[in-house]
Amino acid sequence: MPDVQPLVSDFVLKLKRRKVEGSHAVARQTAELLRSVVSQHRMGSSANQAAALADAVRAVGEQLIAANPIELAVGNIVRRVLHIIKEEDISSTAVGIEGLSVTVDSDGEYDSEHDDRPALSAAVLAAHARNALRAPSLQTLLEDIPVSPAISRTASSTGDSDGKSKSAGDKSSTRKLKHDVIAAIGDLIDEIDSCYEPISEQAVELIHQNEVILTLGRSRTVKEFLYAAKEKKRSFRVFVAEGAPRYQGHVLAKELVEKGVQTTVITDSAVFAMISRVNMVIVGAHAIMANGGVIAPVGMNMVALAAQRHAVPFVVVAGSHKLCPLYPHNPEVLLNELKSPSDLLDFGEFSDCMNFSTQDGSPLLNVVNPTFDYVPPKLVSLFITDTGGHSPSYMYRLIAEYYSADDLVVRRKATS
Amino acid sequence: MSHKKSRGRGGGGGAAASGDGHEDLARPPPLQAVLLADSFTLKFRPITLERPKVLLPLVHMPMIEYTLTWLESAGVEDAFVFCCAHSHQVKEYLEKAGWAGKSGPGSMAVTAVESHDAISAGDALRVIYDRGVIHGDFVLISGDTVSNMSLKDALQEHMDRKKKDPLAVMTMVIKHSKPSILTHQTRLGNDEIVMAIDPETKELLYYEDRADNSHLYITIDKDILNNNPTLQLHNDMEDCYIDICSPEVLSLFTDNFDYQHLRRHFVKGLLVDDIMGYKIYTHELRSGYAARIDNFRSYDTVSKDVIQRWTYPMVPDVISSRDCSESRLHRQGVYKASDVTLSPSAQIGANSVVGSVTSIGDHCKVLNSVIGEGCKIGKNVLINGSFIWDNVIIEDGCKVSNSLVCDGVHLRAGAIVEPGCVLSFKVEVGKNVVVPAHSKVSLLPQPSNEDSDEELEYADTNSGITDSPPFSSMRSNGDQSTVPLEEDESGTSETGTCGVVGYIWTSVDTGIVEEWRQSIAPIPKEKLEELLHAVSDDDGSEDESNNPTLPDKDDSSDSVVEDDDHISKFEKEVEETFQRALGGGVNRDNLILEINGLRLAYSLQHADCAGAVFYSVMKSALVAAQSTNDTLLKTTADALGKWKDLLRNYTKTVDEEMEILLKFEEMCQETTKEFSLLFPKILPYLYDTEVVSEDAILRWAEEKEHADESDKVFVKQSEGFIKWLKEAEEEDDEEEE
Repeated sequence: MPDVQPLVSDFVLKLKRRKVEGSHAVARQTAELLRSVVSQHRMGSSANQAAALADAVRAVGEQLIAANPIELAVGNIVRRVLHIIKEEDISSTAVGIEGLSVTVDSDGEYDSEHDDRPALSAAVLAAHARNALRAPSLQTLLEDIPVSPAISRTASSTGDSDGKSKSAGDKSSTRKLKHDVIAAIGDLIDEIDSCYEPISEQAVELIHQNEVILTLGRSRTVKEFLYAAKEKKRSFRVFVAEGAPRYQGHVLAKELVEKGVQTTVITDSAVFAMISRVNMVIVGAHAIMANGGVIAPVGMNMVALAAQRHAVPFVVVAGSHKLCPLYPHNPEVLLNELKSPSDLLDFGEFSDCMNFSTQDGSPLLNVVNPTFDYVPPKLVSLFITDTGGHSPSYMYRLIAEYYSADDLVVRRKATS
Repeated sequence: MSHKKSRGRGGGGGAAASGDGHEDLARPPPLQAVLLADSFTLKFRPITLERPKVLLPLVHMPMIEYTLTWLESAGVEDAFVFCCAHSHQVKEYLEKAGWAGKSGPGSMAVTAVESHDAISAGDALRVIYDRGVIHGDFVLISGDTVSNMSLKDALQEHMDRKKKDPLAVMTMVIKHSKPSILTHQTRLGNDEIVMAIDPETKELLYYEDRADNSHLYITIDKDILNNNPTLQLHNDMEDCYIDICSPEVLSLFTDNFDYQHLRRHFVKGLLVDDIMGYKIYTHELRSGYAARIDNFRSYDTVSKDVIQRWTYPMVPDVISSRDCSESRLHRQGVYKASDVTLSPSAQIGANSVVGSVTSIGDHCKVLNSVIGEGCKIGKNVLINGSFIWDNVIIEDGCKVSNSLVCDGVHLRAGAIVEPGCVLSFKVEVGKNVVVPAHSKVSLLPQPSNEDSDEELEYADTNSGITDSPPFSSMRSNGDQSTVPLEEDESGTSETGTCGVVGYIWTSVDTGIVEEWRQSIAPIPKEKLEELLHAVSDDDGSEDESNNPTLPDKDDSSDSVVEDDDHISKFEKEVEETFQRALGGGVNRDNLILEINGLRLAYSLQHADCAGAVFYSVMKSALVAAQSTNDTLLKTTADALGKWKDLLRNYTKTVDEEMEILLKFEEMCQETTKEFSLLFPKILPYLYDTEVVSEDAILRWAEEKEHADESDKVFVKQSEGFIKWLKEAEEEDDEEEE
């Protein structure tokens, strides 16, 4: 796809130079970019259209993820799109199989394979295929169907039979696949755009009259959540921890006051002192990992610990694009980024402490400015996503709804 | 507040704000930039003989990459890279890195402008003017500047001012730095800058960057004080060397064809010239980082700032040059590429960077260092505070401290690189060789100065303290750079199979004094104390108190600060070296090299060397002779005969010869009284072997005439000889007449 390459490299550069930041913006732009990748993708005459398309997406996705591995939303969206392609492929082939079941059955080459399950109709097959994209659920286990081999076989057989017997209808079906995928990505973009609404709809159920809410820093999701509660005539107070060193809490306080919410700004270090008066902690997240752990702005772990100590519910609100199918390994280091120390200290004032010529070359002053904290799942009481409230232990299941297991590692396959 | 106001105004006039930083720049004409990819100095010699300075890697990425990346992210749409020296390399790099020939929205078009006869920034800007490519305001920057500041405010200020006052042609970006006693010079190795700024308008009224140490005051024109009711004098500002210029600047350079240096000529010229009335304003950098790599010291400092992430997002794990693999940041500021082979017993200390495909052997220690790609490092290697570039091979047991090691260098087992060294491309250092501190080694011979022939170059500007003569002998050994020079420099090795392939450069333009100021090595303790001392001496004057180093007066300050202890230590080491030479093995040239190394390490002068060597020679004679005066005289004569060449190496001037005589006298009086009786007999011998000239002896006698009686003992003893000399001289004179 030479046509989209400038777009891709432009976005890669933006990601690399940290010009686009924040899960929402990143997710949205990734989805838009992938949509144009798909629409520019020239569907070749090769048999396996969906695989080719997925490969194209994977190739771009790999670059994007490498450009800024910290923005997990990029990877999430790439995986979502891959999943969409797979789903659309299966549903379209399912339709094809329904129409062509006779042809397939009479095709001698595949007889032996289909002999295993002659009773299985194409529609059922497709339904199972859909299931197979998800993690093995109890239902499939009970039905005792060898899912994965069946899928690979059907996929290849249908693909081949498409190529052989359906050359006339080929074009239209591939066009349909592409069209469907683009439409589905469009839906995804809409979902990202409107993710605040279903979340904030749940606000009234969680925030009760005269409660005290504590939050840290500024998250747009949290802001919308609190706005929604305020609009429903709930009266409550908010403690805003300022969120050093970026002090986004100040911005949030301003916005809340504009909406008429009773707001108190505290320093991050005062959280523990205040937590006993708090009814609920509501915070945003950078990403939710598959184990239910949360990557969140720095300082969050401390807040979560304080909340646990005083048995205050710790609620994380996040759109589904923040659901990451990966498990955190060494999250403090690997899923973190150190920003410029200039947020903390003024370089000019401290330049004499960084005078290497006088201290045998090793700096005595180190300034570390990590962006994120990792909050382990046991400290989180509840997740609120656009599909409702879930406990941390349910996260893996929710993630299985959105992603297919073999996309966890986004890497272009050497073959095909 | 003023920032906010101006921004608001700009937003009203410009396109709808998108918060992207582009709204200011979307208007025609596009923002342009002139990047000077040549520093027009020789501070990075000898490396810059082979590669232009802007392509030298700074923590794995060429400097120009930092500058271009910053320009692009600052919203520059058109960049002109002016290249002069090694222009093809710069152009090649721009092609390869994908800068050249890029176009389209959001990306910066980079055009190389080439000229081969430009010798200064002024010439460069004149060439740019002739090309007629600059149409609007432009950013003037040199290719060795690292920054992550936002240009938006500065640009907006500049444009607003320009609208009101078309004579405001330039906005200089300055940065606050701690006005500590030492920081200015020691952090970046720059000269101090004194600026006078109008606190209201931020107009620059006075600029002095070479605040000369010899006079600890500045002179400000009375008119400046008359015309400006308020004025702030700053010595706590760093010049970032980022300027936002109006197109008039280029024509000014063309009109004033004698402008060469951007600051010294152009800025000062504009400030002084009140006929045209052009004004320069300053913009103080509040957040963000900006620094220019001017010398090895600032190379070191900026590298460490990059590693400490002050330049975020331009840090190794975020932006790497396009083709190399990702490196990750580990705890304690250690950056490691994914495919590093690291022995489990190797220790990578804090604030280090290790490039990809590099392997590090057992029990190595890497501290505060940057190691490039594809390096092979053996066992038990200690690397401290150094910069190792790509594809360097370091064998077992080497020690490299506070040095710069370029691409392809090969250090054989046991080699030691002392602080402050620069090993240029592909230099090889033999087994167990010690590269003395502050040496610069290159495969290319040192070019001679234009205005002096080969001979003169050796004894050029540094008059007296130059260390070239001994090295010249080394140079003559290999007239081709490909011929390996087997120079046994090592004190410990007896193998004799070692050496350095390459030329050791003498310090031509910087001088011995600058070496410790602008090298990678930390400043030696005594120098630091000297600096502090000089500061506390005159804490009265506010500005100059930061200006304590007296680089031009090294001789005097040396003798003051270097106490006897220091010198005697040096003497002792020279003696030991000499003893080893006597023991055999070490040949004369190497001995000279070694003594020179010691001299550099102790930062002493040739005269001190002469004294110390003489002392060692005499001492050896004394050891060889047993008791009687006759044998002593004989062995002394033998020793002097044997080592006269060595001594002559150091007795280039009368001063040094005097030093020998004084030393001799001192020995006779204090340490080795055995010689005292032989003084008058040895003196003529010294004269015969041409170790000391008659001038020196006569001057010595003259000086002693006014001394105490006790000091005159030896003059009196050798009265006869002196008399004979005087007569001989008169005869000579008569003959000549």
